[in-house]
Amino acid sequence: MIDGDPAKKAALKVLGVRKSYGPVVAVAGIDLVVDEGEFFTLLGPSGSGKTTLLRLIAGFERPDAGRIELGGRDVTSVPPYLRDTNTVFQDYALFPHMSVAENIAYGLRVKHVSRQEREKRVQRALEMVRLTNLGGRRPNQLSGGQRQRVALARAVVNEPEVLLLDEPLGALDLKLRQEMQIELKQIQKEVGITFVYVTHDQEEALTMSDRVAVMANGQIEQVGSPVEVYERPATEFVAGFIGISNVLVRDGVRFVVRPEKIRMLSEGEPAPPGMVVESGEVEEVIYVGMSTRYVVRLERGEHLVAVRQNMDALGDAERFEGRPVRLAWTADHTFVLDKRR
Amino acid sequence: MTVEVARRPRRKGGGAVAIRSLFWRLPWLRTTVLLAPPLAWFVVIYIASLVLLLITAFWAIDPFTTKMIQAWNLDNFRQILNEPTYLRIIGRTVFMAALVTVTDAAIAFPFAYYMARIASRRVQTILFAAVLLPLWASYLARVWAWILILNHSGVLNWSLQAFGAPPANVAYTDVAVWIVFSYIWLPFMIIPTYAALERVPESLVEAASDLGARRWRTLRDIVLPLALPGVVAGSIFTFSLTLGDYITPVLIGGGTSFIGNVVYSNIGIANNVPFAAALAMVPIGIMAIYLIGAKRLGAFEAL
Repeated sequence: MIDGDPAKKAALKVLGVRKSYGPVVAVAGIDLVVDEGEFFTLLGPSGSGKTTLLRLIAGFERPDAGRIELGGRDVTSVPPYLRDTNTVFQDYALFPHMSVAENIAYGLRVKHVSRQEREKRVQRALEMVRLTNLGGRRPNQLSGGQRQRVALARAVVNEPEVLLLDEPLGALDLKLRQEMQIELKQIQKEVGITFVYVTHDQEEALTMSDRVAVMANGQIEQVGSPVEVYERPATEFVAGFIGISNVLVRDGVRFVVRPEKIRMLSEGEPAPPGMVVESGEVEEVIYVGMSTRYVVRLERGEHLVAVRQNMDALGDAERFEGRPVRLAWTADHTFVLDKRR
Repeated sequence: MTVEVARRPRRKGGGAVAIRSLFWRLPWLRTTVLLAPPLAWFVVIYIASLVLLLITAFWAIDPFTTKMIQAWNLDNFRQILNEPTYLRIIGRTVFMAALVTVTDAAIAFPFAYYMARIASRRVQTILFAAVLLPLWASYLARVWAWILILNHSGVLNWSLQAFGAPPANVAYTDVAVWIVFSYIWLPFMIIPTYAALERVPESLVEAASDLGARRWRTLRDIVLPLALPGVVAGSIFTFSLTLGDYITPVLIGGGTSFIGNVVYSNIGIANNVPFAAALAMVPIGIMAIYLIGAKRLGAFEAL
């Protein structure tokens, strides 16, 4: 799971990397292989070590142990200015005393790219992020979304081996964030650069990534495609962090049932054949717009969350509140949790 | 019961309520009342004396009685501009102020950089105290300390002798004036420079290094331009303080005059207050030009 596709070339290898700050262990031994051209996401709550890992890859921090390889070259002790990575910072870190075009051109200027070539590439980068006419502006004359695009253009224009993105959409509002998710993904496909993307937003991770590494306490809990980590979470932490997890123990086996996989049977409705049925009482009805969440207390004491699309008319949901219901699911849709953890 | 009492709205004094609601309705009134005393003080003490100075500069003095005559004329200014001696003194003073400013900037920048971006919190506090501590000592005591260092038989020559070097006679020269000015005004350069450097976000430095810039390149392209307003703000202090000072040249200088000395001798010895006033307008004029330039460079945002 940790390894990439053997048929593809590895853009980035992280081998046994550790980093602590005094007594605090930020990254506790991580192995990771990211393929060339892959959109790879580090997903985890704050304090899980994902940003530290990104900073280790960029070279802003030095690992206490382990190795980092970029395009097959050991860069563990190479300073950031000599690494073939570029970073999109969380606060964008645009140079306030330079224009948008100067910001984007800075990396090329430092690397002595000719003026003509520089101008051409900056223009292309501006087109890519759809800011063609704003090259002359200062960063403080731009909106948050525009600044985000400049930060992206400034990094992509250098065509690095790996592009590192540290919660780049964190400061944007929901609508803009969703738009930018799609745009980022498109840009990534277009330029074909390997992206390593840090986020705590599970929806963002699932929407954009080719593969996701779920992190907790400085370690990787699971690496896999979005479908894998959602449908077959390896640990209870992964199950709980990505989506709502309903963990049940039956006959000594711990397993997860996703809320959308549960069918709520109305009174008298016969249970479909082959489904597991348990009865309980609706304790809470939570309207969330597109769907409604029902918190059901099972007769055996546990709570389960079931989700229903709001296909019915308004106000329909309340009739379930406090009423006995039966919940049904297919055994195939449940997932047994790793007993070792 | 007590809860009941607490809930009932308190009855306030009638007059106080009226004034409060008046202030609430007219916010400018509150500001005016609040600012009137300090503003009056500022106008009377600060502005009025400057205006008086300006007016006096256009008066004359009776050559026989040495009494001031309120005869409006431009003779004082004409004398300053036509007399090569005065122009030389002005030139020398401006040159000294510029030299002191450049010296202080050159010393303060690396020092402030270390304080703001490298030193630990503890070291930072110690350095801050070290910078500010001399300001608590008397100006005269600090100049005298330098006389003890630069004197013929002072610490400097004593040290040079220990290394077998020939003695340097620095005391009572313009070089001594330059050294002492640079020393005395240094804190005024360090503090605004430090403040500006501390405000440069670490992520910008990281971003530059991420884009391929080495340390010096980052310093030149990112840190220096962003800290420049702080340096310019500091230079306002070092430049203007040197421009107006007359004590240091008297105590440790080699007898060459600066604007301040000429102003002083015209008040104290020649008793020609109008001419002194006119000459005192020169540094004010120079500073006005300097401040306009400084504002262009964004120094006021850095203060």
